[in-house]
Amino acid sequence: MPAKYHIHTKPAPPRKKPIGKYGIIDWREDCSACHNCVKRECAYSVYNDERDRLQRTIEYTDYLYECKGCLCCVQSCTKGLLSWDVNPEYLKMGDDVWTPDIISSNWYQSETGSVPVSGAGYPGPFRGPGFDSILTDMSEIVRPTRDGIHGREYISTSVDIGRKPMKLELNADGSIATNCPPIVEIPIPILFNARPWQKLGDSISGFILDTAKELGTFALTDQPDLASHPAAIPHIGATEDDALASGKPLAEWADSADVIDRIRQAKLSNPGLISIIKLPFGPNAAERAVELAQTGADVLHLFADWHGYTVSPLLPGEGPGVRSEHISIAIREVHQALVKAGIRDEITMIASGGIALPEQVVKSLLCGADLVSIDVPLMIALECRLCMNCRKELKCPVDLSEVNSDYAVQRMVNLMGAWHSQMLEMMGAMGIREARRLRGEAGRAMFFDDLERDCFGPIFGERRQVV
Amino acid sequence: MASIVDPHRRLGPVSEMGLETPVREAKPAPDRFRNSLGKYQLYRSEDCAKCGTCVVTCSRGVNVRPEGYVDFVRGLDWRCTAEICKANGTYCVDKCPQKALRIEETPIYKSIGDYRWTADLILSAWHMAETGTVPDGELNYQTGASGGGFDRIELVFPDNGARTDPAEISTSIPLNRRGDNRPKVTIDIPVYGGGMSFGSVSPVTILSKARAATAWNTFSCTGEGGYIERLIPYKDHMITQVATGLFGVREETIQMAPIVEFKYAQGAKPGLGGHLLGDKNTSAVAAMREAVAGTSLFSPFPFHSVYSIEDHKKHVDWIKHVNPRALVSAKVSTPNDVDMVAVGSYYAGAHIVHLDGSYGGTGAAPDIAKKNIAMPIEYAIPKVARFLTDEGIRDHVTLIVSGGIRTAYDMAKAIALGADGVVIGTAEMVSLGCIRCGRCESGVGCARGIATTDPGMVSKMTVEWGTQRLINMHTAWREQLVDILSRFGMRDVKELRGRTDLLRHLDYE
Repeated sequence: MPAKYHIHTKPAPPRKKPIGKYGIIDWREDCSACHNCVKRECAYSVYNDERDRLQRTIEYTDYLYECKGCLCCVQSCTKGLLSWDVNPEYLKMGDDVWTPDIISSNWYQSETGSVPVSGAGYPGPFRGPGFDSILTDMSEIVRPTRDGIHGREYISTSVDIGRKPMKLELNADGSIATNCPPIVEIPIPILFNARPWQKLGDSISGFILDTAKELGTFALTDQPDLASHPAAIPHIGATEDDALASGKPLAEWADSADVIDRIRQAKLSNPGLISIIKLPFGPNAAERAVELAQTGADVLHLFADWHGYTVSPLLPGEGPGVRSEHISIAIREVHQALVKAGIRDEITMIASGGIALPEQVVKSLLCGADLVSIDVPLMIALECRLCMNCRKELKCPVDLSEVNSDYAVQRMVNLMGAWHSQMLEMMGAMGIREARRLRGEAGRAMFFDDLERDCFGPIFGERRQVV
Repeated sequence: MASIVDPHRRLGPVSEMGLETPVREAKPAPDRFRNSLGKYQLYRSEDCAKCGTCVVTCSRGVNVRPEGYVDFVRGLDWRCTAEICKANGTYCVDKCPQKALRIEETPIYKSIGDYRWTADLILSAWHMAETGTVPDGELNYQTGASGGGFDRIELVFPDNGARTDPAEISTSIPLNRRGDNRPKVTIDIPVYGGGMSFGSVSPVTILSKARAATAWNTFSCTGEGGYIERLIPYKDHMITQVATGLFGVREETIQMAPIVEFKYAQGAKPGLGGHLLGDKNTSAVAAMREAVAGTSLFSPFPFHSVYSIEDHKKHVDWIKHVNPRALVSAKVSTPNDVDMVAVGSYYAGAHIVHLDGSYGGTGAAPDIAKKNIAMPIEYAIPKVARFLTDEGIRDHVTLIVSGGIRTAYDMAKAIALGADGVVIGTAEMVSLGCIRCGRCESGVGCARGIATTDPGMVSKMTVEWGTQRLINMHTAWREQLVDILSRFGMRDVKELRGRTDLLRHLDYE
C-alpha cells in the first residue's frame, strides 16, 4: 500500500481570549470569608489559573472559556453566592447555520488538532435541517481494516480530480491505446477557497495556499498574483485572461456560454491541464451540469451560498434571494442527473457552500459529490467569530489581518487533522475503506424522512409536519 | 484457575465495610452538595416583619425559621413549586402581609440541561432520587425537548376513568423465553442497569448500581473493566460483559454470572471501539485489566473473531459451554440492518437481544459519532419488533432496548413500541448527581465523583447514599409505570408490549 497519509498536528493556542460557553456569576461582596473556599477545589483549577494569569497579566484572564460546567463550586459555596449561566456573548456568535457550538468546536480542533470527545450521550435535537436530517450507517460485525482505523492497513481519504475514461483500449502489443486524460490525486476530499472574506489582507490567502500545500491539496484563488503558488488553482472569471491557466495542473473557469471553447484553447498550450467549471447550484444546475459534462468538461464545481443553500435568482426590484434548497438535496439532484445521463463516472463533482463540520464532508460525498471545497471553517481556525465587522468596515475583534504564517498554517493544519480523524471514524463505522467509494453511496446514509416513513409510518400514518 | 485480582482489597471485603443488605424501600437521600439546585429562588426583602405567615403557608418547607428563632435562615428554595402554589392558593408571595417576598426562576434553571435532558428532566430525576416519589407537576418529568422520538410521542389513555388496582399490577418480565433448559430468570421491573466499566466509573458507582439492582431483583452490568471482588456478594444480579478488548473476562467471572452479555457495539459510539484515556487508567484499573497504568486502553471494533452470524454463534456456544446456567445477551447498535442482526442473534442462540440506540450512552465518545452514526432507538424498536414477529420468533426472544431512555414514560413508550424492557445508564448517573457536563473523559474524570477513579474524587460519594438514590429512582419509576398500566386498565406490563395503538405521534395525522 502507499505510505499512510498523516497530518502533523501540534498545539496552537489562540491569540485572543476565546468566547467561552459557560460563566460563573460571582457575588463577591457577600462573601463571608469563611476560608473554606470551594473555588480552590475546582477540579479543573480554573480559579487558580485565573489568579495566576491575573498576577502575570500576560495572557487572557477570563475563565469563561475554561469553565467545564460541573457546578461543584456553585453547589458547594458556603453561602451559596455563586451561580452559573451560559455566556450571552457566546450565544450571539454566528447564526442558525454557523452555530456557536460549531464555531467553538472548530476552535477547539484548530487549537488542539484533536477530535472533540465528550460523555453522557448526545445532547442535541432529535434532527435538524440540512445535513442534520441525515445519519450515517455502521456495520455491526464487519469492518474493513484489520488493524484499527489508524493502523497499517489504513482507510484512504484520497480522491481524484479530472476526467476519467470509461474503458481502456489496448494496442496489439498490449500497450494502452487510449489517450488518458490527466488526473490529480489529493489525499483528502477537501479543497480550500482561498479568499472568502473581501476585507482581509492578502496574507491570509497566502497562508491558506501554504496550508493546502502542506496538506497535499489545493486552494482556489481569484487573485492573479497568487496563481503561481504551487497549491493554487487560479479562478478565471468570465471576462478574465485565460493565460492564468498556463503551466498550471488545475484551473477553474466561471461558467459562461463559451467556456468549453475557452478551455479547449487553453489546453492546446497546456495539454496536462485539468479544467474546473464553476457554476451555481439552483434550478438549472442539473441540466447545465449534464450539458457541460457531455461537451467535455473535466470537473464541475457547484456552489451554494455560504449557508449551504441555493439562492433563487433575483428578479429586478426584489430583495435578497430567498433560501430554497439545501446543498445536501442540491448535490443529490445533480448527481442523479449525471447518473441518469450515463456520464457520472467520467467527471468529477466538487461541492461547496456551508460545509462546517467533517460529518458534512462525508455526507456531501454520500449525497454524490466527489469532494468539497471549504472556506469559512478556515477563517474560524484563525479565531474568526463571524461577527461580520470586516464587512461593515469595523475593527476585527481578533485582528485577522495580523496573523503570522506559523500560527495560521498550524491552526488550519490542526483543523484539517481533526477533520481527517473524524472522517476516518465515520468511514470506519460505515465499513468503507476508500473515500472514493463514499460518492453517491446513499445506501450507507439514513435519511430521517425515510426512517420516519418506514419505522413510524405503519404505526402513526402520514407525517404532518416536516422539519 | 487464576484468582481474581482485586486492587481494592485494601478497602476490605463487604462484611467489613459495614454495608447493610440493600432493601427495596424509599428513604430520603438528600443532595450531597450544600446548595441544591432548583427552579426558583426566594428573595426576602427588609420589609419582612418576621410574622411567620410564609412558614405556615408553604407546604414544601421552603421558608425556614428554626424553632425558637426570630430570624429566618436560608430557605430551601429548590423545593419551591411556585406555579402549583399559585394555582391552589398557597403561594407565600401572595400571602405575605408585607409583600416582602419575591420568587424568581434561577439563572441556573435557564442554563442547565440540553435538548434531550432538559433542566426539568434533570431536576425531576434528582427529586425522584432524593425522595422516591414522583414530582408533582411543577417540572416536566416525562419528556425532553429534542423535538422528535419519545419527546413527540404520547401515551393515549382511555377516558373512561376505569383503572385497575395498582396492588394487582405486575411489572415483572421474564428474560429467558427460549424454552431451553436454562434458568427462567425474571426481573421485578422491566429495566436493568447498563454496563459501565471499572475505570470509566468509580467502584462506589458500580457498587451502588449493583446494590440497587439487588434490592429491586433486577440486574446491573460490569461493563468491560473486570469484576471487582466487592461485587461478588451481588453476583446473582450482575451481568458479565464480554467486549472486544476482553478486559477482565475470566472463566470464573463468566461462571458466576446469571447473564453474560456480548457487547458487539454501543450506542454512544456505534462502529467505534471503547477507549479509556490514560489519566483514568490508575494502577488499580490497570491491575484489573492486566494493563499498564497510565496508558490509554482501546477496545478494538469489532470482535476480530466475529465476521458473521455463524461466528457469533461460536461465541454464544463458548459462553454456554463455560457456564451451562447462563443466559446470553447480544448487545448491538442500530444500523440500517438492525432487524437482520437481531434475528441472526436469536438464531445463534441468544436469549436477549439488546439494541442500543445512537443518542444514548454514558461513555466518552467522539461528538461526531454520538450525533451522526446509527439510528435513534425510537426507530429501531418497531423495525426490529415487526421483523421478529414476521419471522415468528417474537415470543421466543427478549427484546431489551436502551440509548435515550431517560424517564419512566420513555420506558413505557419503548415497551408500547415493541420492546420487552429497557436498559438505562444516564438516568442512573443523573440520579447519582450527574449534571451532564459531559466531561467524563477529561483528566481524572468526573468532577462530581461519579465517573472517576481518582481516590479524591471517588470520596465525594458513599455506597450507601448511591444505593439509596438508585433504589429511590426505581421506586418512583415503578410507581409511574404502575400508574400508566392502571390507567390503561392493564394488570401486567407484558400486556403493554407492542401496543402501538396506545401511542400518538404529535407530528402525524
